[in-house]
Amino acid sequence: MKKRFSQRIGFGILWLCMAATLFFLGSIIYFIVVRGAGVFSWQFLTDVPRKSMTAGGVAPAIAGTVYLTMGAMVFALPLGIACAIYLNEYSPRGFIVNIIRMSINNLAGVPSVVFGLFGLALFVKSFKFGVSILSGSLTLGILVLPLIISAAQEALMAVPQSLREASLALGATHWQTIKRIVLPNALSGILTGAILSIGRIAGETAPILFTAATFYNRGFPKSIFDEAMALPYHIYALMTEGTHPDQQTAIAYGCALILLLLVLAISASAIIIRQRQRRFHA
Amino acid sequence: MENFTKIKEKIYRGGFTALAFSSLVFLAGIILLLLKESLPLFRHVRFSDFIFGRAWYPTASVPEWGIFPLIMASFWVTLGALFICVPLGVGSALYIHEIASAQQRVFLKPLIEILASIPSVVYGFFGMVVAAPFLQKAFGLPTGLCALTASIILGIMAIPTVCSLAEDALSCVPDSFREASYAVGANRWQTLMRVVLPAAGSGVSTAIILGMSRAIGETMTVLMVAGGAAIVPRSFLQPVRPMTSTIAAEMGEAVMGSLHYNALFSIGLVLFVITLVFNMIAEMVCKRFRLKLGIDR
Amino acid sequence: MHEKMNAKMEAREINFYYGAVRALKNINMSITGNTVTAIIGPSGCGKSTFIRLLNRMHELVAGSRVEGHVYLDGKDILDPTIDAVDVRRSVGMVFQKPNPFPKTIFENISYGLTVNNVRDKDYIEAKVVESLKKAALWDEVKDRLKDNALRLSGGQQQRLCIARCLAVGPEVLLFDEPCASLDPISTGKIEELMLELKKNYTIVIVTHNMQQAARVSDTTGFFLMGELIEFGKTQDIFTAPKNKQTEAYITGRFG
Repeated sequence: MKKRFSQRIGFGILWLCMAATLFFLGSIIYFIVVRGAGVFSWQFLTDVPRKSMTAGGVAPAIAGTVYLTMGAMVFALPLGIACAIYLNEYSPRGFIVNIIRMSINNLAGVPSVVFGLFGLALFVKSFKFGVSILSGSLTLGILVLPLIISAAQEALMAVPQSLREASLALGATHWQTIKRIVLPNALSGILTGAILSIGRIAGETAPILFTAATFYNRGFPKSIFDEAMALPYHIYALMTEGTHPDQQTAIAYGCALILLLLVLAISASAIIIRQRQRRFHA
Repeated sequence: MENFTKIKEKIYRGGFTALAFSSLVFLAGIILLLLKESLPLFRHVRFSDFIFGRAWYPTASVPEWGIFPLIMASFWVTLGALFICVPLGVGSALYIHEIASAQQRVFLKPLIEILASIPSVVYGFFGMVVAAPFLQKAFGLPTGLCALTASIILGIMAIPTVCSLAEDALSCVPDSFREASYAVGANRWQTLMRVVLPAAGSGVSTAIILGMSRAIGETMTVLMVAGGAAIVPRSFLQPVRPMTSTIAAEMGEAVMGSLHYNALFSIGLVLFVITLVFNMIAEMVCKRFRLKLGIDR
Repeated sequence: MHEKMNAKMEAREINFYYGAVRALKNINMSITGNTVTAIIGPSGCGKSTFIRLLNRMHELVAGSRVEGHVYLDGKDILDPTIDAVDVRRSVGMVFQKPNPFPKTIFENISYGLTVNNVRDKDYIEAKVVESLKKAALWDEVKDRLKDNALRLSGGQQQRLCIARCLAVGPEVLLFDEPCASLDPISTGKIEELMLELKKNYTIVIVTHNMQQAARVSDTTGFFLMGELIEFGKTQDIFTAPKNKQTEAYITGRFG
């Protein structure tokens, strides 16, 4: 009797935990969606900021986020896939591989603001790229590299060993096997991981604070050596550096809504695709 | 032709090997640059004064470089966040693992994972415009931007991470464990608490440590809601300035190459070392967990 | 005596280690050309390890080490200066579970040719047809060469894997429990095929199924705990084994 009672209480508590989690996360989304929807319009998405950022749109910030994210992926995706190929297809177990694995794990744990410092010291200062899309993209790319490596490794591991054996037994070389059998079969998994990583870096702010972001641009960036506005930084700047709190908070809601929808849509699609893939493989 | 193929193989192997070292190079680069940019400070300030000094006045005419208040602020805010994200994260993981029906689970697991991708700046924004005014009214505070608000927001933010990782650990526990427990007459609650959770214990601890490491390193949330006063906190209701937000807030004003600039890199170095230690502990605990359950990968 | 003179492959003083574990002990075996050699023994006796050594597939296992020699037409294929890729072109392998690539039937067969730098389209097409015919699969798939190979039945998939192997033009074919996952009818077709193929190829087959060994092989080797306990004419091994352990295994007392 007592046993059943304690179980009921315990399960009740767990239910409350789940409910509280969903409530908190839900209310964040709720507030942003409801209050952000008010300023949301076609003009908001496509226009440049006007009247010292109390009106107009945030198109340059959206564009900046897209550039920075794409730049980071152009840099990190090939590099990450190459690392994963080495670790999964070439590496014999050993000392060197352990060191590489360890450095990937530790890189994944470095705080994002420290990446910002690194980018500032290396790309902005030493390489003289200045505060620019290039510096920001490279910084974000290094930040996202561990994520891409582990996603790509998971995808490569999911390719059945029997296919590699079949290819090698037919006299294919190691690289032929990788290029023609392993990679095509891992491709969808790698792409899912890449999409997930895009969702992750699109919202990163700290790494671009000192390397790429600017509060106000008159228009769109023209080259990779230009500074750029970016959605996440724009939210922060509107709230802390703004001069017209009322109108600018409304705009910040709008930016937060765009960013939230963008990131949630990207990661939701990646996660749903991944679940489908897993079910398909199982 | 034959020889050409063999040379190509060697080139590919060499290329991949070289690229695989990139992570190591970046990690080493981060360490070296942090050292290089922070060391000039210690020609002027003793390391112990830097860590234990109680005053942070980087722009005063006689600047002071003590980051003890900043370390304590990070510590307090992280500790506060743990009180929220551990019970709720682990509790939710247990719910998903044990109570949720199959349909609920198919829905909840990816949902939590999707929620984990909400950017920290959105949390910070929410904290500023919704949570802070609410708490200010509720507690009658002079300002809503304080350690408590930062802790709450940071805690909520870490829930999905902790929950996801803890659920992974729970699902690694072999079914045979629980079957053995049922077989001796334990009910589901007893089995969950005395068999499944202890078996997944170090995996769950890994989740908590990683959640904590993320909370310490988190920048935007605390930058926006912690209030920013560089004092050693005496209560959760005071504004504080953790290490991350100090770097983020002041780097814009610091002149490149100045002592202030060096000092901010020194804070970055301290932050890096702290999170490195946390990650290493997490990895050790995680390894033990895998050994205990006999997972080899 | 006749066997020695006509040895297609020969294993000499083979020792094999997984880390510190010695998985094969002093194996000597000579395999006559154009015959089927069956290798039998209980699970974990080293028979799969041995057959994988014959085309250097053992190299895929990290931490493994081999001592001794395997001669193919008198050339030592374990010699590190010889490329494993070349060895595998002469010694093909069919695996326990059918493992067609998730590509079309045509691409599966042509794969072995294109990776070996064959570019001539007409030649490739002729080779695909020829290989499918040799593997007794042509009649079943001739109208659907563009279909995904995974849509074939298990038995068809395994014959596809045999055809894929044949297209490369090997001299020796290794079968690692090729019928373990197949139904009796498909198994019968594969066995029939093996008897046909031995006219042009030398075949080594690892099998759990003693009836199968008795049906298809000319010579049989019995492995136990990494040792080759007995090796001789299949008929002799199954009717009058010289070794007590062989007899115990064959009569079903263990294994």
